[in-house]
Amino acid sequence: MPSTRYCIYLQYLVGVAMKLSDSTRARVIGRAEPGTAVSSLPLMGCRVRAGFPSPADDHLEAEINLHEHVVKRPAATYFVRAEGDSMLGDGIHDGDLLVVDRSLEPLPGRVVVIALEGEPTVKRLARCGGEVWLVASNPRFAPIPLAGRECHVWGVVTHVLHALPGGER
Amino acid sequence: MIALVDGNSFYVSCERVFDPRLEGRAVGVLSNNDGCVVARSHELKALGVAMGAPLHLLPPAVRRQAVMLSSNYALYGDMSRRVNQVLGEFSPDVEPYSIDESFVGFSGFPEGELEPRCRELRDTVGRWTGIPVGVGLAPTRTLAKLANRLAKREPAFEGVCRLDAEGEATRRVLEACPVDDLWGVARRSAERLALMGIENAWQLREADPRWVRSRFSVVMERMVWELRGRPAIVLDDMSEPRRRLLVSRSFGRLTGERHELEAAMRQHCARAGEKLRRQGSLAQAVQVFVRTNPFLAGEPQYRNAAVVALPAPSADSRELLAAASRALAAIYLEGYRYQKCGVMLLDLVDVERRQASLLETPEDDARRARSQRLMAALDRLNREMGRDTVRFGLPRRDNAWKLRCERRTPRYTTSWDELMRVKTGR
Repeated sequence: MPSTRYCIYLQYLVGVAMKLSDSTRARVIGRAEPGTAVSSLPLMGCRVRAGFPSPADDHLEAEINLHEHVVKRPAATYFVRAEGDSMLGDGIHDGDLLVVDRSLEPLPGRVVVIALEGEPTVKRLARCGGEVWLVASNPRFAPIPLAGRECHVWGVVTHVLHALPGGER
Repeated sequence: MIALVDGNSFYVSCERVFDPRLEGRAVGVLSNNDGCVVARSHELKALGVAMGAPLHLLPPAVRRQAVMLSSNYALYGDMSRRVNQVLGEFSPDVEPYSIDESFVGFSGFPEGELEPRCRELRDTVGRWTGIPVGVGLAPTRTLAKLANRLAKREPAFEGVCRLDAEGEATRRVLEACPVDDLWGVARRSAERLALMGIENAWQLREADPRWVRSRFSVVMERMVWELRGRPAIVLDDMSEPRRRLLVSRSFGRLTGERHELEAAMRQHCARAGEKLRRQGSLAQAVQVFVRTNPFLAGEPQYRNAAVVALPAPSADSRELLAAASRALAAIYLEGYRYQKCGVMLLDLVDVERRQASLLETPEDDARRARSQRLMAALDRLNREMGRDTVRFGLPRRDNAWKLRCERRTPRYTTSWDELMRVKTGR
């Protein structure tokens, strides 16, 4: 069904766009409760510039905390590990750490963790022709129709943490 | 109004969140060292497996079709904390009563909105944590417990049941409830009540409180008031000593000092250990919780709890204390003024029914016998010479902590190396 595939791909592109707009619209819903091991870094008063530092930078304005930035709802947020490379197009590599928020709606365009016949899987949700599909970001994988399948959405992936050389634990 | 929220087959539900294949299957969770069953899915109950059943005595047919897991207290403790965090979004007044049960106070909330609010609470806990809960809403803790049981038993309630103090429905429910099913009524008291013609909760409710007090106790009188819809009992009276032991107390004044919390925790542990030995039980895990005063506006608020499993079922105060210290160290944060700290001993088993582990050595036996003698001497000193004659210091931080658990699932939420794995392709 080349036309369906095309349509899904379009949907996928729309999804990417939605994802971008989603992330820019993210708002802070609650204060993350820092765990014992959470560390924070001082936030400098202005952007890094070449040249002499501004004397105003001596004054630290706030502390930034990556955990709070990424985890909006601590009670509903879980970290999981991705396996496989069929979501590379969404920036998800094999072994990456995913931040999953269970409190978010699984809207079309979002990347979700979904239990497919009991197997936790990461895919992007897409709506096409009134039906919901799971699409991988690798075109080699055919979209999976959700209709008639035993599945339930586990949570919405909000961030990917990918370690570069030198950054692995 | 107050709600009792509790997780259905909590340990099993925690396991199912991270392994969806367990959904619909018979699943059991085993005590430390894989001795006996401490939690069952309803499918496992349907197979006739009793609570506390020793693993090695399960019929082969059951063992073939059921999934039996080692207990994963790190996971259960974290999921319990998450559930309480969600409850905190619905009311500032959340009182954890056990690892899988909490009271949520709704005083000051508009009456009419409470039932929809409880439904929303239930849905939210389910969505955010994956744990299915039942909610019993009533004017008192005793009635809330009854309502909670109905919510779980009768599918028509869809998980939320409200029980008012008056009304025909309440009467029917209380009449159908034998007194020894009530929270905090011991079997012996129930037998005495039956001799006086009081067999069900309705009859107890209708009894004269003064008469009940003179014949039984002030605790039983409070039960009468509770059944009539007037709150009369505090949380600490509501222990179910065969299953768990709770010792907690509010501080006289708020304190942010770590050593004061540690001192309170030591005292709670000692008290809990005494109670545990008096009733001939062993604990399998220790939960510690701390919280600030949620009603103080403008104060930074914090509440947290942690569970640490014991290496083997134990009634040795030193081991309880070592576990509790680890739990407290994991949750204590500076910069808050704490109002309350509590210690809960979980998943109690009888001393006589203790399952000898295959890995136990004669040295273990000798150590246990010595520990028993030491604790007996300690209890006698404190009984005869006065409370706190012998007290405990803090255990060393570096003592080894090894649990034997061959069937334990990954600690999905508390260990970087054991996170849930999700496939990208299929």
